[in-house]
Amino acid sequence: MNCRSEVLEVSVEGRQVDEAMLALLHTILLHRSTGKFHYKKEGTYSIGTVGTQDVDCDFIDFTLVRVSSDELDRVIRKAVAEFKDALGNSGSDGMGQISLEFYQKKKSRWPFSDECIPWEVWSIKVNVVNLANEQERQICREKVGEKLGEKVINIVEVINRHEYLPKMPTQSEVDNVFDTSLKDVQPYLYKITYQITDSLGTSVSTTMRRLIKDTLAL
Amino acid sequence: MDSDLSPQDKKDLDKFIKFFALKTVQVIVQARLGEKINTCSSSSPTGSDWFNLAIKDIPEVTHEAKKALAGQLPGIGRSMCVEISLKTSEGDSMELETWCLEMNEKCDKDIKVSYTVYNRLSLLLKSLLAITRVTPAYKLSRKQGHDYVILYRIYFGDVQLTGLGEGFQTVRVGIVGTPIGTITLSCAYRTNLALMSSRQFQRTGPIMGIIIDHYVERPFTNMAHMHPCSYRAPGEDEGGTYAGIEDSQEVCTTSFSTSPPSQMVVPGKEGGVPQVPAQPTHGTAAEHGRIPSYCSMLIFHLSVQLNLIPCVCVCGSEVKTVSPSDALETTFTRKVGAFVNKATTQVTTTSLDLPFAAFAPRAYDLQENDPMVHPPPSPAPSSPLQGSLHSNTSSHSGEQPQDDFVMVDFKPAFSKDDLLPMDLGTFYKEFQNPPQLASLSIDVSVQSMAEDLDSLPEKLAIYEKNIDEFDAFVDTLQ
Repeated sequence: MNCRSEVLEVSVEGRQVDEAMLALLHTILLHRSTGKFHYKKEGTYSIGTVGTQDVDCDFIDFTLVRVSSDELDRVIRKAVAEFKDALGNSGSDGMGQISLEFYQKKKSRWPFSDECIPWEVWSIKVNVVNLANEQERQICREKVGEKLGEKVINIVEVINRHEYLPKMPTQSEVDNVFDTSLKDVQPYLYKITYQITDSLGTSVSTTMRRLIKDTLAL
Repeated sequence: MDSDLSPQDKKDLDKFIKFFALKTVQVIVQARLGEKINTCSSSSPTGSDWFNLAIKDIPEVTHEAKKALAGQLPGIGRSMCVEISLKTSEGDSMELETWCLEMNEKCDKDIKVSYTVYNRLSLLLKSLLAITRVTPAYKLSRKQGHDYVILYRIYFGDVQLTGLGEGFQTVRVGIVGTPIGTITLSCAYRTNLALMSSRQFQRTGPIMGIIIDHYVERPFTNMAHMHPCSYRAPGEDEGGTYAGIEDSQEVCTTSFSTSPPSQMVVPGKEGGVPQVPAQPTHGTAAEHGRIPSYCSMLIFHLSVQLNLIPCVCVCGSEVKTVSPSDALETTFTRKVGAFVNKATTQVTTTSLDLPFAAFAPRAYDLQENDPMVHPPPSPAPSSPLQGSLHSNTSSHSGEQPQDDFVMVDFKPAFSKDDLLPMDLGTFYKEFQNPPQLASLSIDVSVQSMAEDLDSLPEKLAIYEKNIDEFDAFVDTLQ
């Protein structure tokens, strides 16, 4: 099974990086999160309810829809903040890429550790631009809003192709497919990584950051 | 073929499609209410949350959707459409977008109804939640209020896109294959948002007696079935029980949930009483409690552009039902010019649409009874200079042809009412014609031009003698 890979590109101003990344990551996670599973004795299970929340962006003319889960929002915001800091500190021309990878774990026998097999990777390439005056910022605010709208439509288009999704797991295997650490929602297992591109265009990815909720690590 | 589908699967599929259609309508209408929507996640399933999504049910919307469906389901050749349009305070309307839930003949026989179809419909609803915030109508709906309102209409049958103007765009939200056909959800939205009012300000035409009557014959007769996207169910808590599913037996059964339903059923409004759009928090319409259905009363800017929507105030969210008889008579409140603080007078005509209506010619009967308009005494000019000042003053009153000249009491900006003996207006009038300076007391008309010229050399000689003084003065200024 090949991993599905999608690339989105956006050009934003420095102060728009957070909101642009949150908008796209939350849109993807909205589609890749379910309610909490409650397994029953007969082998069936029930699924909790996922709520949604509209969030107006401050620096972009855009309203994003995210899953109503403060825990998940905190995790995503933390990852985006680290990415933004790395972008700012790199001294590069402000180009970088943040990746949201969905994977499932495959149990291996001892002494080998579990294998993480990605099945969908979303890469968001960011180009940070500098603007000279307030008028340009206002135009950028609207344009980035429209661009994000197009990206949301792209995301929805990919997701509604209904390509590979991991099978619904049994109770013993649920942690191999879903992140069960959150108390209100259950996204597929995911990790967020980022890379900063220097001015030469080469990757300086020494700052790979893992956000895996690995409950079965050796 | 339906014969390949088990009866239970067929029954489940029909139920899924029915509730998917109802939830689709709810998502679309709620996204056009003009406010942010927040619902809570719940780890424990309640059995009433279809497709495992917290989507509230506004009873009126459900009622309208069921009325449109009339017991049928969206199917091949039978599409369910939600039309979103904008209606201005002057009665101009414009279709913004049409959301279409359709089914085509492409079947997926192998798909599992109670599992895969259900989950994919849930995914499609999530996509709908995201896409409804992206189309241009979303921003317009967030700014609705005094100048315009957003209306919705649900219809069943053939898709009508002609009202969207030229160059409309289409975005596909998603598709779900089922054993009886493929469900597709898409949106066609208008791109040209320039609205030209069909009722321009016409000074020659009658401006009295124009009553916005929503029941006149219109080119699109289905306009009468538009409903405002401004309902707020009072006392409805977010994240609480969801109302509106009238059939308590129709719980969202999935292959996962076996818990019994526990939901509050709120009877929806019956009898087709139209809902009133949100009451404006201020403005002429708020000064009296009678508002016709689907109408707000303030002046609307002539052109509505995508990027230049006037930033209107957000309305309060009160909803009042009015009887249909109220809708037939519209009441207007006099509009006053800027900075004028006379109490407004309520009249039943639309002369207020005209800017500076107080200065309109007397030909309109309204002006005779208008306390704003009365002939003031005209002062005689005592000098050419004063005469010119006087003519400047009268220009404040509005230049009119000599025949229809109407003097209006001058009301300067920021002036208070006549509570003090000397207010700004009186002060201005008294001192705009000040007495002449003593140095100019020589009767100018007596001196001739030649004498002026003769005295010039003497004056120049004096100035040259005192040139050092003048230079020193200039130096002090630098």
